[in-house]
Amino acid sequence: MKAIQVKNLTKNFNGIVAVDNITFDVDTGELFGLLGPNGAGKTTTINMLSTLLKKTSGSGTVAGFDISKNKDDVRRSIGVVFQEPALDTKLTGRENLEFHSMMYGIGKEDRKARIRDVLNLVDLAEKERVLVEKYSGGMKRRLEIARGLIHRPKVLFLDEPTLGLDAQTRRHIWDYIKRLNRETDVTIILTTHYMEEADFLCSRIAIMDQGKFVALGSPSMLKDILGGDVVTLEFEGRADELINLMESLEWIKTLTQYNGHLTLTLEKGERRIPELINLANKNDVKVTCVQLRKPSLEDVFLHYTGRTIRQEEASQTERNKSMMRSRMGRRR
Amino acid sequence: MISRTAIYVLWLREMKRFLRAKSRIFGTVAMPLFFLAFLGMGFRKIAVPGMTEEVDSFLFLVPGILGMNLLFSSTFGGLSVLWDREFGFLKEIMVAPVSRISIVMGRIAGGVTTALIQGLFILGISTLLGFRIKSFLSLGMAIVFMILISVAFLGLGLIFASKMKDMQGFSMVMNFVIFPLFFLSGAIFPVENFPSWLRYIAHLDPLTYGVDGLRGVLAGISSYSILFNFVMMVGLAMVMIFLGAYFFEKSESV
Repeated sequence: MKAIQVKNLTKNFNGIVAVDNITFDVDTGELFGLLGPNGAGKTTTINMLSTLLKKTSGSGTVAGFDISKNKDDVRRSIGVVFQEPALDTKLTGRENLEFHSMMYGIGKEDRKARIRDVLNLVDLAEKERVLVEKYSGGMKRRLEIARGLIHRPKVLFLDEPTLGLDAQTRRHIWDYIKRLNRETDVTIILTTHYMEEADFLCSRIAIMDQGKFVALGSPSMLKDILGGDVVTLEFEGRADELINLMESLEWIKTLTQYNGHLTLTLEKGERRIPELINLANKNDVKVTCVQLRKPSLEDVFLHYTGRTIRQEEASQTERNKSMMRSRMGRRR
Repeated sequence: MISRTAIYVLWLREMKRFLRAKSRIFGTVAMPLFFLAFLGMGFRKIAVPGMTEEVDSFLFLVPGILGMNLLFSSTFGGLSVLWDREFGFLKEIMVAPVSRISIVMGRIAGGVTTALIQGLFILGISTLLGFRIKSFLSLGMAIVFMILISVAFLGLGLIFASKMKDMQGFSMVMNFVIFPLFFLSGAIFPVENFPSWLRYIAHLDPLTYGVDGLRGVLAGISSYSILFNFVMMVGLAMVMIFLGAYFFEKSESV
């Protein structure tokens, strides 16, 4: 059985399309990622699948239940870790877990055992009697992951599970997620705008931009689309002739130039480098530095959208800032 | 359909939060006490239409201040959904597999209990200050009215909380809903003293019947019969809670 089936799912907020006609399936036990910049529609997708938002059109099932007709069945089958913390900070860690277990109808004896299990899983057993307001960001995140697991959901949604966490905590949480997926057969859907996170964790990834899926596949498959390796040449001098020549070569798949750098994608990069340097020398271009790397998901995103996720984030903050300015201006 | 465990755990959460927020307890009880102290000293005697003799203002004020406290704490109780939305916890509640009606009932159970605790506290202090409750029967009837008032305004709070997205509208509700409801209800001066047009508006205020009922059972002074007040309060409480639950169900939690 498919853990999730989504067909032409769309969400419209007063004329603004947040999720635009997406279709995908997720197999049971899979670790599926939604990768994209902020505002791509990832969270809106999760909110619709977890019954918190009504869809505008299309259809979706989670664990075999329709997301608009069998809401309670969907709710019983899922665990959700939201992007923003959703803990009661005036309760202790344990009390938050008890609240959750009781809301999910778990009996007293079961409750004790399960809370102990999940607290151990996320290393919070010692802090169980501390008010959550005293927890660090990483501890809150771990507590939320623990909470999402208590009722043994078939499908676990993780919305930006490592947002705003330091590198070490992020690493820990990645390990938890991997182990969890391996040891229990819970299906995990996670959203992220960190390429390396999606790459490290997910068996399949959907790249999302402006409400649409632009690509879907395993990380290695997505990267193979680019065709081989990425070679960056740093050079001195005018490279116009060289670029013209390179553009005519069939084995160079893509070529972009920016202030003294040439980025090429081609197969068997390590074998082509001498050839590239020869070409440069013949055209009076001095190559000062060569870099060869395997394509990242960032390159894939660039390939499909013409922008990098980082640029997208930057322009997003820019937009927010200008929006703030105009708002404040009006108030004055 | 209705999950008793869910209602219980929502109630339990509210109790824990209430007992841990010392400043909240202090704040909600301190204001009515100031009102009692200053208004009580300021007015001494008050002329209540229909009564031949002037009555002790304290006797008149205690039920009014009690009503005020129930109005504030219950409306805020309903509005606390907004806090949960702000702090994200509402999502945790809404994604749980319990019927929305159980969630509303859990909130009401919690809200009514906290409002009752505060109300009884005020009654207790008033007794120490010289207020005499006639009998256990009148105390029992007062509690019934207190519950009805609390339920009605929890419903009102829920309606506003469902219609507002954030805390921005909070002071609006405070200034344009809660205070007018308070002043119109006759909590600190008899409704009969209002000009007739204002009296009509006062009759639309649920708190008018609540306060009059409390005054009837606690102090033996009332404009309407206790039974009439009771019937009105039951009706209004049911309407408000139904509307509150309806709008809460309709609202989206993210």
